[in-house]
Amino acid sequence: MNALLWTLLDLLLAAMLLGLGWAAVATRDLKRGVALFIAFGLLLALAWARLRAPDLALAEAAIGAGLAGALLLAALRDEPRHEKPAAAHSRAGLWTLNLLSVLLAVVVAWALLCALEMGEGLRLAGAVTDHIGQSGVSNPVTAVLLNFRAYDTLLELAVILSAVLGVLALGPARRGYGLPGPVLGGLIRWLVPLLIVTAGYLLWVGAHAPGGAFQAGATLAAAAVLLRLGGVDRAGLPAAAVSRWLLAAGLLVFLGVGLSLAGLGYGFLQYPAGLAGGLILVIESAATLSIAVALALAYVGGWSRSGSTQPDSTQGGSH
Amino acid sequence: MLPAEIIFGLTGVGLFTLGLRATLLHGSLLARILAINVCGAGVFLMFVSIAYQGAAAMPVPDPVPHALVLTGIVVAVSATALALALGRRLRESADE
Repeated sequence: MNALLWTLLDLLLAAMLLGLGWAAVATRDLKRGVALFIAFGLLLALAWARLRAPDLALAEAAIGAGLAGALLLAALRDEPRHEKPAAAHSRAGLWTLNLLSVLLAVVVAWALLCALEMGEGLRLAGAVTDHIGQSGVSNPVTAVLLNFRAYDTLLELAVILSAVLGVLALGPARRGYGLPGPVLGGLIRWLVPLLIVTAGYLLWVGAHAPGGAFQAGATLAAAAVLLRLGGVDRAGLPAAAVSRWLLAAGLLVFLGVGLSLAGLGYGFLQYPAGLAGGLILVIESAATLSIAVALALAYVGGWSRSGSTQPDSTQGGSH
Repeated sequence: MLPAEIIFGLTGVGLFTLGLRATLLHGSLLARILAINVCGAGVFLMFVSIAYQGAAAMPVPDPVPHALVLTGIVVAVSATALALALGRRLRESADE
């Protein structure tokens, strides 16, 4: 009975995901599409929780649904038309595309079922469980991210940094927002301090429970998004010179720790026993700040035109 | 009973295909960016379904795919931000 109930819930969640995903990409009205996409992201967070991936559920709710939705909504505001142009495809072209899509779905589904059929196969889960005692943290996902596969995370911070440098190079900030009404203003005064405290908690708890630098950084960035919506053009970011250092801090600290350890003879990012927990916390703290500043700047869309966030006059308006 | 990894894995396949199809079909840049995000969510779902397989017998599901997908979610949002900024620049230069 219990198993049947779970299957029914799974099927319901899967049907809602497919329905919302389909509706989000199929609707002609872009604004509706973005709203549906945000709802899709929240349901996806539920799916992660169901698949026993709470770290992903937290990240999806904050980043996949929250920040990606906010980014798309902000982009929509600049868009002159919210209606997609009617598809100008020939019937034959459309049918070919549909046929190829179905074929692709069948092939990928077959590959996936074969992979599931194979059973356990080669798994790294055992290796993680065996060595987690030496990793300095007890949350296996944090252990993988910051210790066993620290290279990946280091390079990921570099990817985020270069994406944001691209955004910053492409132009000044988007138009700001007016002053909020009493309801939004009051909500912001309550929520922003709460979000900052939550970010600190997520950062700390990441060592032994779901959480960590990415979730904490996204929560801090959410506070910046709220401030910006409340009419604070700089979104609570410090002056440009300081923001730049914060943006690079995650990568610099990560590299600094790695190179110092290499210099001391431990090997690049091979933490010495006993120090691993502390070093991971230092790296994660810097990464949290960097991720928060990066995501906030990506939302703002560039350096603000007004105030001291603007580094120099050459950054000004478009030609 | 259908195991959860098969239900959500096949949902992932569906989302991947419909996202890819919409990416190819739409003319509007914003609609394409949205569609490619749905497509990516499908890939993540397939990957995590494989990690979940046999989780009932283990203390935790395989954490390595979880860490990789966590990385993927953050990279996806950075790439979305860059794509939107490129789109904005493209429209500004087209308007001139």
